[in-house]
Amino acid sequence: MRNLCQLSQSQLFDYINKVSFAVNDIILFLDSHPKNQEALAYFHEHSELRNAALKEYARRFGPLTIDTANDAASNSWEWIHQKWPWEGGSCSCGTMRNDCSIR
Amino acid sequence: MWNYEKRLQYPINITQPNAQIAQVIMSQYGGPDGEMGASMRYLSQRFAMPNRQAMGMLTDIGTEELAHLEMVATIVTQLTRNLSMDEIKKYGFDKYYIDHTVGIWPQAAGGVPFNACEFQSKGDPITDLFEDMAAEQKARTTYDNILRLVKDPEVADPIRFLRAREIVHFQRFGETLRILQEQLDSQNFYAFNPSFDAPTTCPPCAK
Repeated sequence: MRNLCQLSQSQLFDYINKVSFAVNDIILFLDSHPKNQEALAYFHEHSELRNAALKEYARRFGPLTIDTANDAASNSWEWIHQKWPWEGGSCSCGTMRNDCSIR
Repeated sequence: MWNYEKRLQYPINITQPNAQIAQVIMSQYGGPDGEMGASMRYLSQRFAMPNRQAMGMLTDIGTEELAHLEMVATIVTQLTRNLSMDEIKKYGFDKYYIDHTVGIWPQAAGGVPFNACEFQSKGDPITDLFEDMAAEQKARTTYDNILRLVKDPEVADPIRFLRAREIVHFQRFGETLRILQEQLDSQNFYAFNPSFDAPTTCPPCAK
């Protein structure tokens, strides 16, 4: 396993996206090939990598899932402090970013 | 039961707004072959499936379609960020803008609102699985059409991801149909509704 502690926030986030996609895709394969041992091993391996990465992300940057929200070492409700997925990389906050009415 | 995960299935970061492209991509949110129809189709049909394999496939693909719905909405949101009134008028976005500003609302590119008649849930698994396979290909064609119009790589990249998933889903629904047919009388696949007239069973739920 990669050393998750050494990854930056964006590297860890990319890693979560990758291992999560591996899980998404193998789930569908297993739904129609439930006895395929190679696919089962692949699922177990990537599911573990994903869970570990989600926990590490929650600990350092805030939770991406409610099940890891409990891991965030903070007394505040981190769930709403981190950006939402549709905000993209170019904006740092939500609705008030233009702070201005109709032009 | 569902839990939300605070990330997109595939990352999207669009920096150049484009109201014209937003208007056509919107069709994959609420259009005839869009992700809203896809998710509602599979998540509704699964209740009448005759075996756990098909129930699982429809649940898991239907769930992934919800993530695709979120991706399409994200693309439209980011394409309509910080538009000037001149751009809204110039690119014909004014008709959408007048009713929804730049909010997300399910409609086809031509303005037709989302309607449950864009999918079926027939209560007949053979019928429904054939519809599902056709639906995946229709969505793939729509993404092909979008890719011919879109030149911005920040937009085309996630659209290519969505297109690729349609092909995987077509394959998986084909397998699901084959598995179901293997449990039926090979001389009489299409003459009756296997869920209603002659329920099938399969491991591990065999009697």
